Amino acid sequence: MSTESANVPPVKVEGKLFTNRYLVDGKHPHIKVKPHEKPTKALLSLTHICPAGCYSQNDKGQVEAMVDGCLECGTCRIVCAATGDIEWNYPRGGFGVLFKFG
Amino acid sequence: MPQKFDAIVVGAGPSGNAAAYTMAKAGLNVLQLERGEYPGSKNVQGAILYADALEKIIPDFRDDAPLERHIIEQRMWMLDEKSFVGMNYRSEDFNEERPNRYTIIRAQFDRWFSKRVRDAGATVVCETTVTDLLRDSSGKVIGVKTDRGDGDVLADVVVLGEGVNGLVGQQAGLRPVLKPAQAALVAKEMHFLPQETIESRFNLKGSEGAVIEAMGTVAAGITGLGFVYTNKESLSVGIGCLVSEFAENGATPYGMLESFKNHPSIKPLLAGSEIKEYSAHLIPEGGYKAMPDLYGDGWLIVGDAGQFVNSVHREGSNMAMTTGMAAGQTIAAIKRSNRPFTRANLAAYKQALNETYVMKDLKKYKNMPGFIHKNSKTFLGVYPKLFSTAAHNWFRVDGIDKRTKEKAIISSFRRGRRVTGLLGDAFKFLRATR
Repeated sequence: MSTESANVPPVKVEGKLFTNRYLVDGKHPHIKVKPHEKPTKALLSLTHICPAGCYSQNDKGQVEAMVDGCLECGTCRIVCAATGDIEWNYPRGGFGVLFKFG
Repeated sequence: MPQKFDAIVVGAGPSGNAAAYTMAKAGLNVLQLERGEYPGSKNVQGAILYADALEKIIPDFRDDAPLERHIIEQRMWMLDEKSFVGMNYRSEDFNEERPNRYTIIRAQFDRWFSKRVRDAGATVVCETTVTDLLRDSSGKVIGVKTDRGDGDVLADVVVLGEGVNGLVGQQAGLRPVLKPAQAALVAKEMHFLPQETIESRFNLKGSEGAVIEAMGTVAAGITGLGFVYTNKESLSVGIGCLVSEFAENGATPYGMLESFKNHPSIKPLLAGSEIKEYSAHLIPEGGYKAMPDLYGDGWLIVGDAGQFVNSVHREGSNMAMTTGMAAGQTIAAIKRSNRPFTRANLAAYKQALNETYVMKDLKKYKNMPGFIHKNSKTFLGVYPKLFSTAAHNWFRVDGIDKRTKEKAIISSFRRGRRVTGLLGDAFKFLRATR
C-alpha cells in the first residue's frame, strides 16, 4: 500500500488509520466483494483508490476486501456501481468508524 | 403496533438537523434517526461554516456553538510542483461583531446542533441505521425500516438527509447511484499544534483564522485541490480529486495527501504537528443537472443527498441547512393546514428553494461540473504551470531586458495552449459560469 510519487517517501495508510477510533463489527463486514475469477478494471482500481487501503489482490489475482479500517466514504460503491462487483451497506448502527473531529 | 410520528428525519448532519429543528420548533412530533454513535461521528467536512444559513435557523448560534476561528484571510493558490501563484484577501472588516465565516470541527459542531434539536423537542435516536422506506399499497412513503429489533417506525412524512451516499433513497428507487465523474473524493487529516504556533505561522491573533485553498499539481502528474484551514489548536489539511480521475491516474488518496503536505509551500506550515485523525469523504459535484427528484408522496430529500453543493464556491453545508429549513417549513405548513403529504403538496418545497440562493446558484453553474470534468487537466495542470513560469521569469532579475521577458511569457502561453486554445478556454469558462 504505497504510492509511487517521485518526491515523497512511500506512504503507509495503516499508520494513518491507526489514529482513528473504530467499533469493528467482526461478524458482519458491511462490504462484500462478489466471487470472481479475474477482477474487472473497476474492481482492480479499488486497490489504489480506496482511501483506507481496504482492497488488495491475493496470489490468484482476485481482489479481496478487509473493511476494518473503512472510512465509509462510499468511493468503492460508486466506482463499482456499473459493474456490480461489490455489495455495499452502511455498518450496523453504532458500528464502524467514529470520527472524533470529522 | 409501531410508533407513529408526524415526521421522521434520516440523518443528523446539517440538513437533517435543520429540518428536525425547524419542525420541532413548529410543534411537530419529530423522530430523527442517526446511524453514528453520536451526531457527527460519521460526518466529515473541511470545515467552513457560513454563518448566514445557520443564523436564519438559530439566530443566537454564536452564544454557544463550538466555533474555531472566524476567517479574516483567504489565500487562493495555483500550485505547481515547486511553487504557487496566489491571491490573498485579508481584511480588518472581517473582524466584525457577527463574522460571516468560521472554521469548525464537524464532530463537535454536529453534536452542538443536535443538542439544540433535542432542546427544541425532537426525539433523536443514534446508533440506528435506516435500511429502507415503508410504503402503503398506493406507494406513498409511510415510515422507515431500521436495523433495530423493533424495526419499523411510521410517520406522515420522511425527510431524507442521509448524505452523499444516500443509500436509503437509492435502494428505494428515489435516486440513482452517483457516477464517478459526479463526486470528488477528499482525504483529510487533523494536525494539532499549539495555538501560538498557528497564530504566528498564519499571522493571526485571538480567534482570527486563515484558510488556504489550493488547486493545481499536487503531486507529479496528479492534479486536484488541496486545503489548509486554521482551527484554534489544529489545522485541517486535505486534498480532493474527482473519483473518475483517481480511477484513471492510478494515484492513492493518501499518497496525494502526503504529496500535498510535502509541497515546499505547505510543509513549513505543518512542521512539528501531531496528527490525530485521518478521514475521507465524498462530495457530490454533479450540481443542478445531477439533482434527483426532490420530493414525492410522503418524502423529501435535503442536503448532500439531493446534490446541493456549489463546488465552484465550496458551499455545501450552508445549502444543506437552507434546504433542511425549507423542507421543515414546508412540512410544518402542510401539517398546520391539515393537508395530506402528497407529491403535489410537497412541491412547495422546491418552489421555496427556487426563490433562494440555493437553486439560483446551482442553476447558474449548471454547466460547471461538465466543464471541470472535461478540462481539469488544462485548468489544474497547464495554467498553474504557465502562471508559475511567467511569475518566475518576471521576478528574476538576471540581465535580460523586460521586453524579451514579456515575449518569452507570451510565447510560453502560446506554446502551452495556442491562441485558439486560450480563447476557447476563456469562452468555455465563461459559458460554464453564466
